[in-house]
Amino acid sequence: MTDPLLAPPKKNPQQRSTSPTRPPEMRSRAALGLTAAAAEGRLALQCCSECATWQYPPRDACVACLSNDLPWVDFPPQGQLLAETTVQTSPRLYYRERVPWRIGTVKTDAGPMIIVHIHPDVTPQSAIHLTAHLDRAGQGVLVAMPPQETPNAMDAPLMRELTADPKHRRVLLTDARAENAPAMAKALKDAGAAIIFIGESESWRPYTARAALQEIGVEFMPLDVTDTLSVQTLAGEIGGKTDILINNAQFVRPGGALARGDVGFAQNEMDVNYFGMMRLAQAFGPGMCKRTADEANSAVAWVNLLHIGALANTPEYGAFAASQSAAHSLSQSLRSEFRTAGLRVMNVFSGPTESDWFASLPPPKVLPQSLARDVIKGLQAGVEDVWSGDIAKDVRDRFRRDPKVLERELTFGGDGP
Amino acid sequence: MTRRAPASYHGVVLTAPFSTPYQRYSIDTAHHWIARALKGSLDSVGLKKSQLDGFSVSSFTLFPDSAVGLTQHLGLSTRWLDHVPMGGASAGVALRRAARAVQAGDADIVACVAGDTNHIDSFRQLLSSFSRFAMDASYPYGYGGPNANFALLTDHYMNEFGATRTDFGRICVSQRDNALKNPRAVMQKPLTLDQYLKARLIADPIALFDCVMPCAGAESFLVMHEDKALQLGIPFARLTAAIERHNAHADDPMQLRGGWTLDRDTLWEMAGCTPLDIDVMQTYDDYPVIVMMQFEDLGMCEKGEGPTFVRDHDLTINGNFPHNTSGGQLSAGQAGAAGGFIGMVEALRQVTGQASGTQVKDAARALVTGFGMINYDRGLCTSATVLETGVRA
Repeated sequence: MTDPLLAPPKKNPQQRSTSPTRPPEMRSRAALGLTAAAAEGRLALQCCSECATWQYPPRDACVACLSNDLPWVDFPPQGQLLAETTVQTSPRLYYRERVPWRIGTVKTDAGPMIIVHIHPDVTPQSAIHLTAHLDRAGQGVLVAMPPQETPNAMDAPLMRELTADPKHRRVLLTDARAENAPAMAKALKDAGAAIIFIGESESWRPYTARAALQEIGVEFMPLDVTDTLSVQTLAGEIGGKTDILINNAQFVRPGGALARGDVGFAQNEMDVNYFGMMRLAQAFGPGMCKRTADEANSAVAWVNLLHIGALANTPEYGAFAASQSAAHSLSQSLRSEFRTAGLRVMNVFSGPTESDWFASLPPPKVLPQSLARDVIKGLQAGVEDVWSGDIAKDVRDRFRRDPKVLERELTFGGDGP
Repeated sequence: MTRRAPASYHGVVLTAPFSTPYQRYSIDTAHHWIARALKGSLDSVGLKKSQLDGFSVSSFTLFPDSAVGLTQHLGLSTRWLDHVPMGGASAGVALRRAARAVQAGDADIVACVAGDTNHIDSFRQLLSSFSRFAMDASYPYGYGGPNANFALLTDHYMNEFGATRTDFGRICVSQRDNALKNPRAVMQKPLTLDQYLKARLIADPIALFDCVMPCAGAESFLVMHEDKALQLGIPFARLTAAIERHNAHADDPMQLRGGWTLDRDTLWEMAGCTPLDIDVMQTYDDYPVIVMMQFEDLGMCEKGEGPTFVRDHDLTINGNFPHNTSGGQLSAGQAGAAGGFIGMVEALRQVTGQASGTQVKDAARALVTGFGMINYDRGLCTSATVLETGVRA
C-alpha cells in the first residue's frame, strides 16, 4: 500500500534544486502511436488488420504476416508480471537522481511481452493491469498497476512523475470573472490543491461570483492578461510558486467577419485569447520550466481552455474560432518550448459552454462543473488533450475522419437570395 | 522441414591468435585498436598485410566507417570483405563465413578482427543508439541498459530453476582466478565469493561483479587453408563444427534458452564428438546467467541444471571443467565487439598450446559459444564452434 503523500516542507533556498532532466525522448515514428494514445489517456497497441496479431514493440511490418497495415487499437490491459528488477544505477541523469526504479516484464493476456514501469503496490509475479501514461519527456510509457485499485496509488513517486495531479500543488487560475471560475476553484480545492491563486482584473468592478470564490478560499491576485505589465508583476510575485497554470481567460463574441462592422471585437479576441496566452507564457513559462524537478510541489502543467472551433471553424462564432485556432497553434509551440523542461501543456477542448455569450446556441452545452471535473481528471491522468462534453468529442471524431468533410458540414450556407 | 546436413569444414584452419592488452579508457579510436590487433596477428606468423585477401571486421565504435572505410584506412586490398555487427556472436559468425570463403577459394587468407575503443562517455552513447526496439521499448524504462535487461532474465531464471546468487558467484569467482594468470586482464585483484555476494546491487539481482567492465581493446585471428598453414609452418587449429542462429524461440515469453538448442545436434554431429569430449569451454559471459544457459543448451547438462553443474564442477584452469580461461569478459574486460572474440582467440591459443599462463594441460578440443545483441528483451544471436588441435606451437 502506498503511503499518502504529505504536504511538502517549504523549499530550502540554500539547497541545490534538482535540475529538470528527462527520461529518453527519442522514439521511432511507429512508436509515437503509443504516445498519441497516451496523450488522451488511452492504452493502444498496433494490431495487424490482416491477421489480428498484436505487435510490440511498435513495428512497420506485422511480425506474423508481414502486412504493413498496423493500426493502433485499444489494448486489453490484463497481464501477468513475470520478472522484475530494481534499477539502482543508470547512466541517464533523470534516472540516476530517481533510483531505485522498479521495472519488469509483463506477459499480456493478449500476447505481447512488455517491459514496463511497476507501481509499488504490484506484488511480484502476480496479475497486473496495464496503463499508458506520458512520462516527463512527453512520451508514452506503459505501467503495470495492481489489478484492483489501492489506496493513495497516485501518490507514489512513479505516478507523480507521470501525472500532473493538483494535490499539494499551487495553482493559478487566470480569470476570476470567467463563468467557470467558482466551479474550477472548487474542483481544485477538492482535488487537494495547496493554494489557488485567482487572477482578478479591474478589482473595483463588482461581480457576483466573488463571494463564492471567497468562500472556497482562493487568493485574489490582480491580473489583466491584456496588460503586459500586470502579467509580469504577478509573475514576479507568485511565478516561483506556480505549479499549475490554468488559463481560463477568454473573450467571446458571436459572428464572423461580415457580421461585424470592424475588427474591434476581433482585436479583443486576439488580445485575450492569443496574446494573453503569450504574455502569460513569457512571464510565467521560464520560471515554471526551472522548477519542474522540485518535489511534491514541482511545476507540472500548463492548461489552456479552448473552444473546439480551434480545430475547424464554427461560423456562428467564426472570428472567435479564429482566435482559438491561433491559441491552439501557440499551445503547440509552447509544448515544444516547455518539452525540454518536462512541463506539460494540456489543452481542454469544449463545445459551447453554459454561459452568456453562447446563449443563442442550442444544447448540449458544457456545464462549468463538468468542465472543471474534466480538467481535474486530465491533470490527474497526466494527459495532453481533453475533450470535454459531447460536442467536442463529436467534432474531434469528425475531424479525425475527414477534416475537409467536417469543414463542408460546418460551413453550409443558409437558403440565400 | 528436414534440413540438409551442412558440408564439412574440412581443410579450414585458424591461426595467429592475438589480443591487445585491454585498457579501461582509451583516447584512441576503434581504428587504432583494430590496426594493433591485425598487426599483432600478421607479425606473429610473419605475414605482410599485402598477403591478406580477405578481411572481416566487428566493431561498434567505428562510426562513420565500416569495413569498407578500414580497407583504405589500413591500406588493404582484399577480394573478400565482411562486417559482422553481431556483438557476442561475432566471432562464430565471422569464422563461419570466412571458412566458407576459404573453402570456395574466394579468399586464401582472411583476417577476422574485432575491436572497439572506450572513451569516457562512449558506453552511454552506445546505449542511446543500440537498437530501435531498445530505444522505443526498453531504455525509456529506468534506462538501466543491458544490466536491467539481464537482471530481468536472471530474476526469471532464478524463479524458474532455483538458481542462487552463490551459484552465479561461483562462475565469477573462478573466472577471476583465471584472470590472475592473464596479464592482459583489466581485473588483477583476487575476488572471493564473500566479496561477490556483498557487492553493491546494480539492478537486483545483478550486482557489481556480475557486470563486465567496458574497456578498449581488440582481438584477431587468421583463417586459411590447412595447406597454407603447413606451408608457412605455423601452429594452427582445425575448425570441425560451427552453428549460428538468430531470433530463435520468439514465442518463449522470456529467454530461458537460446538458439543453440535448435542446432546443437548438428554441431556435435559435425564435430564427431560429444560434450564430454571437450577439454576447454569458452562461453559468452556477459552475464553469468547466460553462462549457465550455454552449459545447458550445448548439452553439458540438462535444462535447469546449470546451478547444479556449477556446484559440481571446478571451472578454473586446473579444474575438472576449465572455462573462460583468460578470465573472460567478467574479469579481462569487455572491449566492445572484441567481447565476442575473446573466447575464440583464447580457445585458439589453448588448442595450439600458446596460452602460456592460462594454458590448460593438453587441451586438444575447445568449444566456443557466442551470444549477442539484446535487441529488446532477449539476446538474438547465438553461435557455437568446435576447434581441434592441428599443429601445436
